[in-house]
Amino acid sequence: MHYSVFSVLGQALRGQRGWKPQWRDAAPRTEYDVVIVGGGGHGLATAYYLAKEHGLTNIAVLERSHIGSGNVGRNTTIVRSNYGLPGNIPFYEQSMKLWEGLEQDINYNAMVSQRGVLNLYHSDAQRDAYARRGNAMRMAGIDAELLDREGVRAMVPFIDFENARFPVKGGLLQRRGGTVRHDAVAWGYARAADQRGVDIVQNCAVTGIRRENGRVTGVETSRGLIRARKVALSVAGSTSLLAAMVDMRLPIESHVLQAFVSEGVKPLIDCVMTFGAGHFYVSQSDKGGLVFGGDIDGYNSYAQRGNLATIEDVMEGGMALWPGLGRLRLLRHWGGVMDMSMDGSPIIDRTGIDGLYLNAGWCYGGFKATPAAGFCFAHLIARDAPHPDAAAYRLDRFATGHLIDEKGMGAQPNLH
Amino acid sequence: MRIRCPYCGERDNGEFSYLGDAAPRRPDGLEAQASAMHDYVYLRDNPAGEHRELWYHGAGCRSWLVVTRDTRTHTISDVSPARDVARSRRPGEAA
Repeated sequence: MHYSVFSVLGQALRGQRGWKPQWRDAAPRTEYDVVIVGGGGHGLATAYYLAKEHGLTNIAVLERSHIGSGNVGRNTTIVRSNYGLPGNIPFYEQSMKLWEGLEQDINYNAMVSQRGVLNLYHSDAQRDAYARRGNAMRMAGIDAELLDREGVRAMVPFIDFENARFPVKGGLLQRRGGTVRHDAVAWGYARAADQRGVDIVQNCAVTGIRRENGRVTGVETSRGLIRARKVALSVAGSTSLLAAMVDMRLPIESHVLQAFVSEGVKPLIDCVMTFGAGHFYVSQSDKGGLVFGGDIDGYNSYAQRGNLATIEDVMEGGMALWPGLGRLRLLRHWGGVMDMSMDGSPIIDRTGIDGLYLNAGWCYGGFKATPAAGFCFAHLIARDAPHPDAAAYRLDRFATGHLIDEKGMGAQPNLH
Repeated sequence: MRIRCPYCGERDNGEFSYLGDAAPRRPDGLEAQASAMHDYVYLRDNPAGEHRELWYHGAGCRSWLVVTRDTRTHTISDVSPARDVARSRRPGEAA
């Protein structure tokens, strides 16, 4: 069914009884050309672009739980392409361009809202660093504006400009950045992939990866053996566990990241704002809740829940920037498990095993990357060659020294 | 999550800093191959389950500790001073 204003009006006249499920809850067949492990945003986008760009349709996406249960539904929905390193700039900008055309492409309202992402700076040195990053963006054709204090005041007059320790001196603004409704991204890609013949198999956990003569032949799952010529791992948070099935150790630690939503209030903030002196970022959802987050908890975890010390740290960051937040009550908070890589950047690459492909290490930048990660991963799987925009995300860069350390933290995953 | 420091008793995890997996051993500088250094610096087992890891009690006794914790539940089964763990280890043996 094609969604349009006419289908909405038509259903209104028919009492909304004509809607159909948006995708089939497929049972796994015994053999596919490509099996994608992980039915998150990245896995579904990969399946969609494999079908759309490369004409492959004999594809299964295996999800151990239900679609939307993992990190695609646990992030803070921010999209941006304000990166400063050559390996990252073209990739995230491609992602941003795909976001801009996504809703028309997949005929789905993902509530793409380019409300602007504002990174605040609090010192002269930080202004210089932000100016440099903004210039790097502009040289790549990406929009960036360096705002002075008055420019920031015009956008967010309610923050504490005169904070004694961290006075707000200005900000770097990417107007094309913003938010996207994350559930709709998962559902929209699932529906679009399904329409092109992809099987989306839920409640199907992979328990083993079959190999013969150094080549992947299929996966063992909780719903039986599934043969495949190519197997693509897209399981942020659990990547090391899947890799261990083929005796691979990865430059990844799994960490928990918490996110928060306040009670709903009238419109307060119409952009995404980040604190430059601590780790705190905030936007407002269309329901009115302030959506915010900060650092990862900092210790290895697969628990999908965090601890109070980090919650306190995030709230302190928020209060330092925006004291008015103290009048709001916290409605809910949750945790997601991140692949924290050793340089803070992702991996989209082949492995040492023929037919096994890896999309991993997204740290907490995975959501904004969803379209481009799917696009580039599909390219890699279909053509056995990296997409030029993701060519830097090699698995062997840690051995060759070509790290992409956007934050300059070194091999300490909990600091990225 | 609370960590029972052997010197200070049970304390909030906010008092501690985390370093990571306690298992990797730095290869001998003179003998080390580049591949061994790569494995030591970058590769991790990252298990879902019991994990021995190094924590530093920065807001307390400033001791390094080896904490045995389940990464699925955050349940801590053992906390030992890192010094004792290092002393009990034979050369070349994992922590």
